[in-house]
Amino acid sequence: MTNPASISGRTLGMGVDVALEGRPSVAAPFGHALRLLATEDARIVGLTADLGKYTDILPFAEAFPDRYFNVGMAEQNLIAVAAGLARSGKIPFVTTYGVFATRRAYDFIAIACAHSAMPVKIFAGLPGLTTGYGGTHQAIEDLALMAAVPGLAVMDPCDATELTSAVRIALAHDGPIYVRLQRGNVPVVFDAASHSLSFGRAMALREGKDIGIISTGLMTERALDAATALAGEGLAAGVLHVPFLKPIDEGAIALFGASTERLAVAENHLAHGGLATRVVETLYAAGVSRPLIRIGLPDRFIECGSTAYLQDKYGLSTPRMFERIRDFVRTGAS
Amino acid sequence: MNGRNHPPDRADLAWLKAKAKNLRRHMVAMAAGRGQGYLGQGLGMADILAALYFHEMRTDPAAPRWRERDRFVLSTGHYSIALWAALAEVGVIPLAELPTYGADRSRLDMSTLDSTPGVEVIGGSLGHGLGQAVGMALGVRLDGLGARIFCELSDGELQEGSTWEAAIAAASFKLDNLVAIVDCNGIQADGRIVVDIEPIAEKWRAFGWATQEIDGNDMASIVRAFERARDADRRPKAIVARTLPGKGVPMLERREKAHFLSIGPDEAEAVKRELEESGD
Repeated sequence: MTNPASISGRTLGMGVDVALEGRPSVAAPFGHALRLLATEDARIVGLTADLGKYTDILPFAEAFPDRYFNVGMAEQNLIAVAAGLARSGKIPFVTTYGVFATRRAYDFIAIACAHSAMPVKIFAGLPGLTTGYGGTHQAIEDLALMAAVPGLAVMDPCDATELTSAVRIALAHDGPIYVRLQRGNVPVVFDAASHSLSFGRAMALREGKDIGIISTGLMTERALDAATALAGEGLAAGVLHVPFLKPIDEGAIALFGASTERLAVAENHLAHGGLATRVVETLYAAGVSRPLIRIGLPDRFIECGSTAYLQDKYGLSTPRMFERIRDFVRTGAS
Repeated sequence: MNGRNHPPDRADLAWLKAKAKNLRRHMVAMAAGRGQGYLGQGLGMADILAALYFHEMRTDPAAPRWRERDRFVLSTGHYSIALWAALAEVGVIPLAELPTYGADRSRLDMSTLDSTPGVEVIGGSLGHGLGQAVGMALGVRLDGLGARIFCELSDGELQEGSTWEAAIAAASFKLDNLVAIVDCNGIQADGRIVVDIEPIAEKWRAFGWATQEIDGNDMASIVRAFERARDADRRPKAIVARTLPGKGVPMLERREKAHFLSIGPDEAEAVKRELEESGD
């Protein structure tokens, strides 16, 4: 039993912010971006399944109440209704949590959206360990599930800048897309004026011959921090940011992999079935062989707890990531 | 909002029955040619489809994607044999194409795909149709169109929970431009309905739908039910239609109720003869 006196972390409300302490952030970038875009494009409609408040879609809902539909706690119907709206010429932006979209509505995403080539844009909250509510709420295998659906684009944006761009990219993409949604106060890692996000493209953010970190989603902020810390120890670390799991930028991955002596893949997801799996497949096919470690979650459901505690315990925090990569470079320990 | 896509008030019942007969002829020919198919269900649906495509729905066969068209959503995509018959008879696809039903490289698949003109959704994964019909009804209402959405679903399909998620939403969104046609033929893949789903009409009423229960093989009842379902009363409409699998071919009506019928080469002529001799 845990000694009550030793407890310091707290399991916060579901609305815990992803932003790291002391870092710049903006509130609800998804909802504000959607509201702005909807003023330009009358085809946009918004849907949720009783999670409007918790998926940052309210700025859109308040501006366009006639174009906003809350179907209640019914995720299969959420996706089906969105597909039907798309059939009548609308472009639906749909929000719920990743666990519900992917586990409950899989057949509807596969057939009514992807097989039907309907432009349904799914923005799914609580990716990976961004909630302390345990296995029922942590979407730890959503990328694996969604990347398996033929014809579905899959994206894990790093920060508020990319999430804002993702709304426009999703609209421009002629088909369905699944986007991992960070909500609340979302970190700003990239400068909106200079950061250029293109559909299906990865981007090398930093070069380094000792170790290359290939990361997606919020792990890219930590990868950049870890690379800085590694440089302080005299180790040259590169970072390749891969915001699109599908289509995945095979060329950039192969090129980056060949440019460094060893690799670490970092994702806020199971260590199998997501980015690491795609990276290994890509490198193997390209004939690039490097020692590689996977920074991701083990093959099990994760318990409840504060996100800081959980991320530290499972190796996703910047200090744990830094230590593991440092030891890997120095000793080969995986 | 523009006026509803209301059809003429007077229906020519004899002409509609003749159309239903033509649909049955097409289906029997398709199933005999392929040796198999969901013929029983198709024959049971023929009267409803004739009433929809030749009286109740406003469509343009020359422009299947006409924006203001009424839409027919076949949720049970494996009843495609019935839809191909209707689309061919109404002129969306050529009659000469019907013999390709179920053949490799044919557009007339054993289960509907949306690449074929006139198909509004990919059906066949049961429980998918009604929710998409709800979305379509919301979409055309947003655009101020008078179009209506007619969604066929089956009694077996009522076992899919998503059907009821959609039923709740339709009533909540007050979609009086949506008509669900619940084809109750009493059979499903494992035989006669395997879990008790009655009373069906009471369930739809309880979910807030304006509900009628009819003989789905009686043209006058079908036409009357569709007329009543035109009300702009802020309620979705359900028509619980009791249909007879194999209707119009006595030897198939009597057959142990089969989900998937095989018609041997020796039977094909007898099936065609019985259809011609029957009153349906």
